[in-house]
Amino acid sequence: MSAKTGTNRVTFDIERCKSCGLCVEACPRKLIELDTGSMNSKGLHPARIVDQSRCIACALCAIMCPDTAITVEKNV
Amino acid sequence: MAKVLMKGNEAIAEAAIACGCRLYFGYPITPQTEVAEYMAKRMPKVGGLCLQAESEIAAINMVLGAAAAGARVMTSSSSPGIALKSEGISYIAGSDLPCLILNVQRGGPGLGGIQPAQSDYNLAVKSAGHGDAHMVVYAPSSIQEIVDLTAVAFDVGDKYRVPVMMLADGALGQMMEPVDLESLGERKPPEKPWATTGHGGLRKKNIINSLYIEPEELEEKVRARFERYAQIAEHEARWEEYKLGDAEICLVAYGITARICKTAVEMARRRGIKAGLFRPITLWPYPSRQLDEACRRAGVKRVLVAELNMGQMVDDVRLAINCRLPVAFHGRTGGVLPSPEELLGEIARLDAEIKEEKD
Amino acid sequence: MAELVFGRPKSLSDVTLSYCPGCTHGIVHRLVAEAIDELGIEGKTIGIAPVGCSVFAYNFFECDMIQAPHGRAPAVATGVKRALPDRVVFTYQGDGDLAAIGTAETVHAAARGENITIIFINNAIYGMTGGQMAPTSLPGQVTTTSPYGRNPKIQGNPIRVCEMLATLDGVAYAERVAVDCPKNVLRAKKAILKAFKTQIEGKGLAIVEVLSSCPTQWGKSPAEALEWIRTAMMPYYPLGVYVDRTGGDAE
Repeated sequence: MSAKTGTNRVTFDIERCKSCGLCVEACPRKLIELDTGSMNSKGLHPARIVDQSRCIACALCAIMCPDTAITVEKNV
Repeated sequence: MAKVLMKGNEAIAEAAIACGCRLYFGYPITPQTEVAEYMAKRMPKVGGLCLQAESEIAAINMVLGAAAAGARVMTSSSSPGIALKSEGISYIAGSDLPCLILNVQRGGPGLGGIQPAQSDYNLAVKSAGHGDAHMVVYAPSSIQEIVDLTAVAFDVGDKYRVPVMMLADGALGQMMEPVDLESLGERKPPEKPWATTGHGGLRKKNIINSLYIEPEELEEKVRARFERYAQIAEHEARWEEYKLGDAEICLVAYGITARICKTAVEMARRRGIKAGLFRPITLWPYPSRQLDEACRRAGVKRVLVAELNMGQMVDDVRLAINCRLPVAFHGRTGGVLPSPEELLGEIARLDAEIKEEKD
Repeated sequence: MAELVFGRPKSLSDVTLSYCPGCTHGIVHRLVAEAIDELGIEGKTIGIAPVGCSVFAYNFFECDMIQAPHGRAPAVATGVKRALPDRVVFTYQGDGDLAAIGTAETVHAAARGENITIIFINNAIYGMTGGQMAPTSLPGQVTTTSPYGRNPKIQGNPIRVCEMLATLDGVAYAERVAVDCPKNVLRAKKAILKAFKTQIEGKGLAIVEVLSSCPTQWGKSPAEALEWIRTAMMPYYPLGVYVDRTGGDAE
C-alpha cells in the first residue's frame, strides 16, 4: 500500500445499508463504524470507513455484508 | 374416419397427446389410474414424459412448474386426490397458468367409494382451492366428447391462461366406446412469451407469481382476472338442448346422468309427455342465460335436475331461471346410478302436477 | 488504477432486500448470484422462491423466477426441469418450507435424483411468521411455540437434512456450510458453485444447507447471532460434505 499511488477505496451504498454492523465486526483493522451522525431514508445509521488510507482492500467487510452494500476497489 | 374402441381414461390420454401435451404428472387412484398407465406406456414413444409423483400435491405442483415453463401439461385424479390438489389449483389460478386437470369422480365424502359420482360439482365449480378464482369446467357425457373437449380445454386454457378441469366420473372413465381421434389432427400449443423458460439475455426476466402483498395491487390482479372470466363466460359456455322445442318439463343434467336422462326423455315422449333435456357442457361458466332462454322459448312449466349427488347443481339452475319455475331434484349418490325408469317416475309426477294446474 | 475487488453480482437485482438487518439470507442470495454470474447461466436459469422470509426471492434475482406454494418448490422445480431439461433450475428454501411442510417433496425429488440445485437456509426458526419452532429448532430452543424450550419428548427432535438426504442414491452432492464468518462464507460460495455445476453436468440433485442467522427472531444482535450459529448450531449440525457422488469433476 503506497500513499503515493493513492489509497484503496471502500464505498458504502448508504441507502442499501441496514446498519447491522457485520462489516464493523469483519474489518481486521477495525476501520469501519456506524455513522451515528447521519441517517439514511430508512432512519438507520449507515456504516462508513473511518480511515480509508489504512484499508487493505481485503473485502472481508463486503463478504459479510448481507445487503451487498459495499464496493471495494484496490489501488494497483 | 377410423374409429377405435377405447376406455374414457385411455381416450383422454391419447387425446391430450394429440393436442401436444408431452408432460403428465399423476398419482394412482381408482377409478382413473388407467390414465397414468396409458401415459406411462405412450409418452416415451412420443418423446414425452409420464412421471408418477409422490403425492397428488406434488403432482399438481409439477404441473405448475411445467405450465410456468410454457409446456402443455396435464394431471388426473379422482375426488379425494382432487381435494389434495386444490392448494396447487389455487396457486395455478393465481399465477395465471393454463393446464388440464381431469377428475374422474367417485363417491364421497372421505374415502367414500370407487363407483361413479358427481359429488365434486361444488369443488369444481364453486371453489377449487382458496381465494377468488375459477377453473373452466367441462362435463363430457361420452368418450367422443371427452376427446373433443380435451382439445377445446387445452386451447381455452392457453387462450385465457386459466386451469381447466375435465369433470368426468367413474362410469365415463371406465366404459368403452368407439372414438374418432383422427379428427383432432396435429395440434400445437401457442407461443407463451410470459413463460419462465430462461430469458436468454433476450428479454426482461419473467416472473410467475401469485403473491401481491399490497391489498390494492392484489385487488387489481383479481379484478383483471375476473374480467377474463367475464370474457370466458361470454364466449366459452357450451350446452346441448335435446327435444326442448315444445317441452313442458325440462330435465337438467350433465355427464353420464344426462345420458340416462335422454333415455328417460325418450320414454316420456313415447307416453305423450312433453319432456326435454338441457345439458350444460360447461359447468363453469354455467350456461345460465341459455338455460333460461330455452325454458322461456319452450314454455317449460317444471324443471327436473338429476345428478349423482344430493343436489349440488340445483341452486345454479334456480338462479339461471331466476326461480321462475319450480325446480325438482332427483339424485342418487354413493356410486349409485339412477335408472331411466325412476327418472320417468319423476317426470310423470311433474306431468301430473302440470295437468292438475291446467284443470 | 483502481481494480474492483468486490462489487455487486449482475444477477442480483438492483433492489433492497426485504430481510431484517443482519439477516444472512442476503449473503446467501449474493453467493447464489455470484455463482450464476461466474457460470454465465443467468439467461438459462429459472429460480423457485419458497414461502417464508425468502418468499420475495423472485424479486431479488435477475433470472426468470417462479414463486411456489409452501414446501412445493422441489415439485415445481421438477416440473420446470422436466419441461426444459437443458435449463438450470434452483430452489431457494427455508427450514419450514423444506423440512416441515415440504418434506415429502424434498425427499422424493432427492430420491428421484432430480437434476436440480437446492439452496436450503437453516436458521432453526420460522422468521416470517414471527419466530415459531422450526423442524430444525434445537433441543431447548425457546421459540414462540416452544416457549419453555423445545422438549424432544413433547415437540420431537430436529431434522438433520443433509445427513438424511445423503442416504438417498439420487443425491449427487450434499454439503452443510455456514455464513457466520468470511472464511465460511467463501466455503459456502464454493459449495453453491459446485451445486450448480453438479446440475449442469447432469449428475443429480445437489443441496447446500446453509446455517444462517435470524437475529430478529433469535432476539440477538447480528454479531451475537453469528456467534450462536457457531456455538449452538454447529455442534448439532456439523459442517461438511455429507455425500459427493459427482466423481470430482464438478469441483
